[in-house]
Formats: sequence, structure tokens, C-alpha cells
Amino acid sequence: MFPSQFDYVVAASVEEAIAAKAEGGDETRFLAGGQSLLPMMKIRLATPAKLVDINRIAGLDHMERADGHLRVGALVRHAQLVASGDTLGVMASAAPWVSDPLVRNLGTLCGSVAHCDPEGDWNSVLLATGADVVARGPGGERTIPIGSFIRGPFTSALADDEMVTEVRIPVPQDRSGGAYLKLERKVGDYATVAVAAHLVVAGDGTIGEAGVALTSVGPSNVKVTAAEQVLVGQPPGEELFAEAAELAAAAAEPRSDVRGTADWKRQVVRTYTRRALTAAAAEAMAQAS
Amino acid sequence: MTTVEEPLTPPEIGGIGHSLKRHEDARLIEGQGSFLDDLELPGMLHMAILRSPLAHARILGIDTSEADAVDGVVAVVTGELMAQHGLAWMPTLSGDTQAVLATDKVRFQGQEVAAVVATDPYVAEDALELIVVDYEELPAITTPQQALADGAPVIRDEKEGQEGNLVYEWEAGDAAATDAAFATADRVVSLVTHYPRSHPAPLETCGAVADVNSVTGQATIWLTSQAPHAHRTLFAMVAGLPEQNIRIISPDLGGGFGNKVPIYPGYVVATAASLLLGTPVKWIESRSENLISTGFARDYHMEGELALTDEGRILALRVKMLSDQGAFFADAQPTQFKAGLFHVVTGSYDFGAAHVVCSGAYTNKAPGGVAYRCSFRITEASFLIERLVQTAAYELGIDPAEIRFRNFIQPDQFPYETPTGFVYDSGDYPTALTMALESVGYEALRTEQAEARAEGRLIGIGIAHFTEAVGAGPSRQYDIAGLKMIDSAELRVHPTGKAILKLGVKTQGQGHETTFAQIVASELGIPATDIKVEHGDTDNTPYGLGTYGSRSTPVGGAATAMVARKLAGKAREIAAHLLEAASDDIEMESGKLFVRGTPERSVTIQDVALAAYTNLPEGMEYGLEGVHYYDPPNLTYPYGSYVVVVEVDAETGVWKVRRMVALDDCGVRINPMIVEGQIHGGLTEGFAMSSMQWITFDEEGNCIGSNFMDYLIPTAWETPRFELLSTSVPSPHHPIGAKGVGESATVGSPAAFVNAVVDALAHLGVRNIDMPMLPDRVWAAIQSAPS
Amino acid sequence: MEVTVTVNGAAHTGEVEPRLLLVDHIRRVVGLTGTHIGCDTTSCGACTVLVDGTPVKSCTVLAVQADGRSVTTVEGLKTNGQLHPIQEAFSAEHGLQCGFCTPGMMLVGAALIEQNPAPSDEEVRWAISGNLCRCTGYMNIVKAIQAAAGAAAPGEDQ
Repeated sequence: MFPSQFDYVVAASVEEAIAAKAEGGDETRFLAGGQSLLPMMKIRLATPAKLVDINRIAGLDHMERADGHLRVGALVRHAQLVASGDTLGVMASAAPWVSDPLVRNLGTLCGSVAHCDPEGDWNSVLLATGADVVARGPGGERTIPIGSFIRGPFTSALADDEMVTEVRIPVPQDRSGGAYLKLERKVGDYATVAVAAHLVVAGDGTIGEAGVALTSVGPSNVKVTAAEQVLVGQPPGEELFAEAAELAAAAAEPRSDVRGTADWKRQVVRTYTRRALTAAAAEAMAQAS
Repeated sequence: MTTVEEPLTPPEIGGIGHSLKRHEDARLIEGQGSFLDDLELPGMLHMAILRSPLAHARILGIDTSEADAVDGVVAVVTGELMAQHGLAWMPTLSGDTQAVLATDKVRFQGQEVAAVVATDPYVAEDALELIVVDYEELPAITTPQQALADGAPVIRDEKEGQEGNLVYEWEAGDAAATDAAFATADRVVSLVTHYPRSHPAPLETCGAVADVNSVTGQATIWLTSQAPHAHRTLFAMVAGLPEQNIRIISPDLGGGFGNKVPIYPGYVVATAASLLLGTPVKWIESRSENLISTGFARDYHMEGELALTDEGRILALRVKMLSDQGAFFADAQPTQFKAGLFHVVTGSYDFGAAHVVCSGAYTNKAPGGVAYRCSFRITEASFLIERLVQTAAYELGIDPAEIRFRNFIQPDQFPYETPTGFVYDSGDYPTALTMALESVGYEALRTEQAEARAEGRLIGIGIAHFTEAVGAGPSRQYDIAGLKMIDSAELRVHPTGKAILKLGVKTQGQGHETTFAQIVASELGIPATDIKVEHGDTDNTPYGLGTYGSRSTPVGGAATAMVARKLAGKAREIAAHLLEAASDDIEMESGKLFVRGTPERSVTIQDVALAAYTNLPEGMEYGLEGVHYYDPPNLTYPYGSYVVVVEVDAETGVWKVRRMVALDDCGVRINPMIVEGQIHGGLTEGFAMSSMQWITFDEEGNCIGSNFMDYLIPTAWETPRFELLSTSVPSPHHPIGAKGVGESATVGSPAAFVNAVVDALAHLGVRNIDMPMLPDRVWAAIQSAPS
Repeated sequence: MEVTVTVNGAAHTGEVEPRLLLVDHIRRVVGLTGTHIGCDTTSCGACTVLVDGTPVKSCTVLAVQADGRSVTTVEGLKTNGQLHPIQEAFSAEHGLQCGFCTPGMMLVGAALIEQNPAPSDEEVRWAISGNLCRCTGYMNIVKAIQAAAGAAAPGEDQ
């Protein structure tokens, strides 16, 4: 019920935060929203020796469009993404379904991304949109494509002395649309199965860019490259989406557990991929070209 | 044969029938409730319990030395220490014994092994981690079938003479008559179903603050208890403390639902610790502890068979049931019924023969079973019969509503004796179901369903018509641990015309501080808001068996009406004295006492109250108070008709409730607003169990469902909206005609939800999906359907 | 570590362990027990308080994180002896039975109606989907929050 003892410092700047982390190594954790970390500490699944609170650092709560990207700072809460008109199709579709309204008030996008939970929603959204993660360490800043950032379950490419300061999601020039379809047993549960679909439609009406990623059906969030390849260059259509859906189902590696059998989860991947692509295409086509 | 409820008193009196706002709200909306964990006493210490990670293991040794050494730890208690005081084991309410702290073995994951008492709860938890227990793992038994198989390891090997894992065998009804009826049947329809394990999970967990004062000899124990008096007597018997020195105080409770009826090891250890240390000790469990170790609900494996004519008339019912009792038989239920009131399984239908055979087995799981608004297992019984009747409808090709109408007990058949010995008091089932069906637009829905099926869309309409049996119960048949299931009320009217009512029952949110005052208001004409209701403190209330099994209104409410009538009798005599008339000529109405025929010759009940202390005739005893212990002559039988409309997504198995209409008849309704609130809550529990809420175990006996991430309580987002209707056929034997309603919706609704989803797939040949109807199960049923 | 947390307008300064949860700080140090604990997995919302006006689960916030911040608990809803419209509405609409989830529900409701003066049934259910209730089946809680919104229409004293 209660965490074990730990030391606690409040960082006034990113430099301070990184320095404190470097000192402590993997026994030191950053505290932003704490909505993933604190529950683990309360059941003593995580027992860090020190927490570095980054909530007072100025300049990390920005959410703005710049250089063709939506840049979301480390202290932007899920709730802000829900309320914002700046988020893209699949992001806007996913945001309200992350955890529950109270957790969304504190939890951060960047915190979720760094956590690399295969049942976490945001990494599927980032894989589908081709986003980048910006990390800062004592040596400076680096930009890591999300595909390389996610190394495995709860394992990111961050070095022991690095902190995620921002996530950058490309804002397409052409018409785009997206959908995140999440099957959850109830609000606040993790996804049983979820599909993120992101489409950019070129001037000639064919699909210019496609992103399909899956939540909770693999050791990490799954980017379905095969489906994406089959979609690009084709006009949106029922048969095409059914084909992509089959590829997504094949790429999924679901496990049978209390949430359901693997066969059934695969079926949900198939169904939701088709429906998400249909919704994404509809949203894209509805935009003025 | 329904009566329209018109309150007989004006709103300012607020008697029966008024939707009076609740008295208890004032403190609760300001966060001023006194819940168990809010209590702080000077010098109070905090206790935490170490629990077994294994489902079945021998304890080779326990080393508490590191824990003892932690700064702030005052004591570490083990089973060995408890055994020295004869408290390592305690009797259960079902005539078995239960380990308080494990000595020889642990028998379920989460079982209590040791306890730490410290100055701070965080420190207590730190110390728990330092206790080292050496376990020798044993094979775990996780189903009752496994438990009863040849060669299964004996779980209760500490019990002398225990061979195997059988707990009880029990039966009801008439085997010969039933067999004869089956022999003549045109059709036999059967169903095998498991009512899965769930847990009441009230939002407030269980706990105790024990303050045993060695100087005064007084043991004051604040306890999350639905039955404080019974608990006091049991504490006296178990702990050997003189009963007059034990005071149990059950404070504001954050829900109970049957979870707060058993006596838990934590209560006993906290009391022992307080006794040994000479300071108050608080124990409040975490949610995980609550889910993994306290009284669970259900877990009945049931097989039912109906014998029918070709026209769908039921001739007989045969039921075999195997219950999973966990590691200790700790059900709180009337002594002579090992399966509670499960034998009410003949339901709402008129037929001549039934035979119900029940047995129970020990498994390596937490003890319990009777809980979660189950009305002593009527949830299980009602579920089975309603699912069976629905199955019969499909097998015989008769509309599910029609088959019920053909078999209902008719209004003129009451009082109706069932083949298993219940005497239903009153009811009008056909009117109830007709109203519910009309309200939901049944005919139009069946047409819509047919059209949808042609397009490959799945719509289902589920019906359940349940009959409940509540208000346990008559002393000739009902007792718990020997204590007869009476209940009581003590009423005293003060000189200024206000009153205090003291009860043996104990609310956990049902609004007794309001509703019971309303009963007195109806009888005596004292405004309900002038009546203080006291409950939960055994030093200040008369003896009762408590609140569960929807018994508060049927038994406690009856006691209240009866004591109020005693006082009304004396009030008439006092009024006669004041009005210089004969007491036979005095009428009472809404607080006015007057001479029949000349209403202007009157006094108020307040005048009478004052006179009771200032101006009585020679020879009449002063004061205006009394107590009544009520022994109910029968149970009461509320009932209802529920209709659920669902849509099923054929591609994923996800289903959603489109509409739910719920008609309830609980006789006279004291406070309709409160009755509706009870029903909303119960319908939600039924929805929860049918859709997501369950506790299951893996092969090693690890509990899956021991926290709120795994044990799923629906939020407002998933929970359907409910449309409520009511009829009101009074109970002829109850002093105010009321029947009790707390559990009705939990009893009746699960079958309605399951029947709805099965109905959506019935044309494919699907006949059963066990709860919880997770989408993968629904989808699998569609995939493997015969057509 | 020394922290100052303003609770219902009153500043409380004291030494706290970093691991002390905000809910325990409120209940045992500040001494306000209207905020309740119902689970241990951040699932139930019985511990909901407002931190700088935003509803959060105080069991999943450290007391040290609330240093310099302003916390509102159920005890802070009443102002100048007047019940908040949400409190009146919960009683009027029978939105509580045992009362254990009620403080959290009311605070979320109060925050909602400040943002959204006329929430629909769906919007209310969405807003309270982080708070569990075992007694009411949510029907009357939704009614109460909508009724409070109606009563606290813009221009009226709150």
C-alpha cells in the first residue's frame, strides 16, 4: 500500500535533473505525472532509491506546431491533449481513451512514451505517425525515431543519464486522418487490443502515407509495416483495408489470458484495423484538399 | 391485484410512502462521516498482516527477528503466539474452524500468517517484508471437482477424522415424486452452468479498532460489522471475555453487501494484540487483502433439468449443485441450510415436484460464498431457474415470455407452498411481466429482431422473472450459530414529543436512519425528522441479528412497527385521560388523538408525550417507551420482472445494453426514492457479474482478481441506464405489508443479461454462455454455433 | 522534507517523509478524514481531491509534490456556512447511499460544472469514469451533478 523509503529532490532545470539522474543511475527515477511509477512503488514492484521531481522545470509544458511537427513537451498532461485542438486525427482519437479522467490530469505523454509499456496507447500512436523522441543527456540532445526508441517491454533506448524532453509528431501537409480503436474491458483498464491507423491522402486521391500500429498484442507495440506497404499508392477502399487488416492480424502476437483467447484477439485486430482505416480515410477525405 | 401507494400521513409527518430526504446525508455530504479508518485514539498502534504467497504449503518455520528489530515495531505476532492463548483457530458461523494465524499449513493464497503492530502503518508494512517464512509447497486444489477426485490431497488434514475434501451434503424436495414426474414428461431440458466466483468489494474495506482496557476490563471494539450483537456474542465465546464487558461499535459503514458479516482473523488478532499490549490497535485492510481473503460470493457449479409437457408446462425440476467453499467452511447462513436458501430454485413457477441435491468441497482458496447481496444463495437459485426456463423456451419453440406466463403461480394461488417447503406470501406475477413487456415494447422488439437477423445483425431480448425469499426468519426454522433470527426495536418518546429509536439491525448505506423513523412516524404521528435512530452500538441498542439477506425491513421494520403500536396503545390511554373519555373511543391519525365522532375534542401526540412525564392517572406507569423482539411468522417474497435489450457485435463478440426495464414489487415501499436507489445499485451489480466482474485462479492457486486492476468494477461509462417500474402487492403477514428489497435486483438481473445475449444468438443454436460474458466467449459461441 | 500545503485555504507546514502519500497527509497529518481510501491500485477515486482546482487521485500523489500548492477536499466545498450546490444536489437527488465515494464524486462534479455548465448524461458519466461507486448504480449521481449544474447557472452565487 505504501512505497518503501526513498530520497527526493526537486529539479529546477533539465540540467539539474539529468545530473541527479546520472549520479544515481538506474536506482534514480524521474517523477513527472507519477501515474505509472507511483502505483508500482506502492506495491513495491519498483523501489527506486531516489526520485527526481521534474514538475517544476520551466519550458517543458509546451504543445505547439513548429517546423512541420507538433512538439509536445515533457510536462504536457494527457488531459491537455484531449482538450487541445492542435492534435492530429489519431492522437485526438486516442487521447480520451488513455487510462481514466483523473489519471489523465496528471499523467504525461512523454512519461508514457518513456515507460514503453506494450499495453500503453501512446507508443502505437507514435509508431503510426512516425514520431521522434527528443532526449537530453549530459552530452547534449539527440532525436530518436520512435521505432528505435522502443527496445522492448518497459525498455527504451534512453541511456541512464538521459531524459525525454519532447516528442515530435509530423504534421502532414496533405489531407490526413486517423483513428485509434481500443477495446478495453472498462475505462481505466489497459487495452485488450487496440489499433492505431494514420493515413495521409495525396492530391491524386491515393494514400501517400500509412501508419498502422497495434497495442497489447506483442512484447512491444507492433508497427505493421506489411500493411503500411500495401496501403501506400492505392486509393482508399474496402477491399484494400480488408487486405491490410489480414496483414495486421498476421503481424499480431497476442497471448491467451484472462482478457481473452489469442484467436479472438487476432480477430479483433482484423476487425478494428479495417474499421480504423475506414474511419481514418473518411476523416482525410472530408478535409479540404 | 395491485395497490397504489398513497402516503397516509402528510409530508410534514413523513410517514410510509414519502420519498423523504435522508437524515444521514447531512454529515456524509460534508465528509463528516465516521468510518472505521477515521478513528484515532490516544496511543493507538497500527497492525499489518503478512499473508501467504502460496495456495497450499507446509510452514517449516517463521523468523521474525529482523522485523522485531525495526524501529517503531512494538510486536510481531505469529500463529504460535496466538496458539498459546488458544486463539490460533476460531469457530466459523458454519460449524467449522478457521485459522486465525496459520500454524501448520497455509491453505489459500492470501491466508493470514503473521501480524506486525507498529507506531505507524508505513513502518508496519516495512516490517512485514522482513519476516522470513520457510514454506514447503504442496499441490494446490483449485476446483471442487479436483477436490473430490480420488487421491486428492486432503486440505483440512488438521481436522480429526477428516478424510477427503467433502464439506457437506444436503438435499431438499422429493426424489421419488420428481423421478415419477420426469418419467411422464414429453420433454426434458437441461443446463449446466457455473455461477463464477465474485466478491462484494464494498468501497470501504474491513477493519477493526480494538481497545482492551486491562484496568476497567472493558473491551471496546469498533468493527466494520453488519451484525454487531451477534459479533459481540461470538467474541465473548471465542475470546473468553465476559459479554457485558465487550462493546462492539459498528460506525458508518462504506457499504457491506455481506462482506462485513463474517468475523475475520484480522479482528481477532487486533483484539488479542490490544489485550496483550494494553493499547488500542487499529487494523484496516488494503483492497488487495479484502479481495484475496475476505468473504467471497457465489462459485456454484449447477446442473438443472426441467421436465415439461409439449406445451411447455413444467412438471418437475431436478438440480445437482457442487459448491466451492474455499479452505474453511465459513458461510454465514441459517444453521440447518448448508446451501442457504438455494432450494428456492423452483422460482416463480407452479409445479408439483422438485429434488435438489447439494454438496460442497474444500479448495485452496479463500473461505466464503454467502455474500454480495445473495439472499443466502438465492442469486444462484434464481439464476439457474431463469436460465433453464429460457433454455426450455428455445428447445420447445415457445416464446420466452409466453412460457413464463404458462407456468406462473397465479395470484389466487397465494399463499403458495413450493415443492421444497417455502410458503410464498403474495404476488401478481402476470401483471408484473405484462407491464414490463409493454414498457419495453416487446412485440415491436421481436419484429425488429427478426428483421435484424435477416441482415446478419444480432439483437437480443432477455427476460428474468424472479421470486426472492427474504427476512430470515422464523425461529422454528432459522438460526445462526444457535442465535434465533429475530430482530428488535426500542422506542422512547421524550417529554417534548421527540423520540429515539434503537435498532438491532445495522445500515451500510440503505438509509435506516430515515426509513425506520418513517415507520414510527406512520404509527405515532411524530414527524420522522423528530425521531433519532440509533444503531450499531451494542451497549445502546437491543439485540438483533443484523442487516443482510434483506432482512432489515421484514424483521427490524416489523419490530419497529410493533413497538410503535405498543406505544400507540398507551398513547390512546393517556389521551383518554386527558380528554376524559374512554380509551376505546380514541382514534389516532397523523399525530392527532381525538374522540371518535367529535374530532374537535383532541390532543396531539406531543401533548400525550408531555403528559407521560407530568400528568398520568393513578396507577399508570410513567414514561412512554417500549421494546419489541419480532419473530417473523414467515419469510417475505418480493419479486420482479426484468427485461434487457442488447446488441451484439458479431465480428468481435462485444455486446452493449440498449435498454433495461426493471419492475420490482416489494410490497409496501417505505421510501420510494430509497427503494429505487437500492434497485439501481443491485442492477449494476448484476450487470457487473454478467459482463466483467469475476475472481479466477490459475493452476497453482494464484488468485487472479485480487486487486481492482484485475477484479473489474464497472464505471458510470459502462453501466447501463435503468428504467424502473413498480407494483405493490403487500405482504399479508407483515405489520406494514413491506417485503424488503435490498437484494432483489442483484438476485434477478444476472439472468436477464445472460438471457439477452443468449437470445441474440439463439437462432444460431447457442444455448449457454457462462458469466462473465466476456466478448471472446460470445465470439467463440458464435463461431462454434450449430447453425 | 519541510512542505507547505494549503488545504481548503489554510496553510499547513510540516516535516514529511518523501514517501508519505498526499491522501495520508490529508487524513492523518492535516486531520481531515472526508477524503477516503478505497483501493491500492489507483483504480477507485475515493481519494479524489482538487489540486490547484484539478481533480486528482491523492493516493497517487506524494505529499511533497503538493508543496506550495492548494488542495481542496470535501470539507472545503462549503463556504461561509453555505453548502456548495453540488452538496445540496447530491442530497436532493439521493446521489449517495453509504457516502464513501461521495466526496470524490462531488469534487469531480464540482470541477466539471465549472467547465461545462450544462453537461449531458454522457458527459457526466465520462467525467466520473475514474470514480467507482458500489451502491448507487450511478443513476442518481449523474442526476445530482446535472441538477447542480442547473442550480449553479452563470450569474448565480456559488
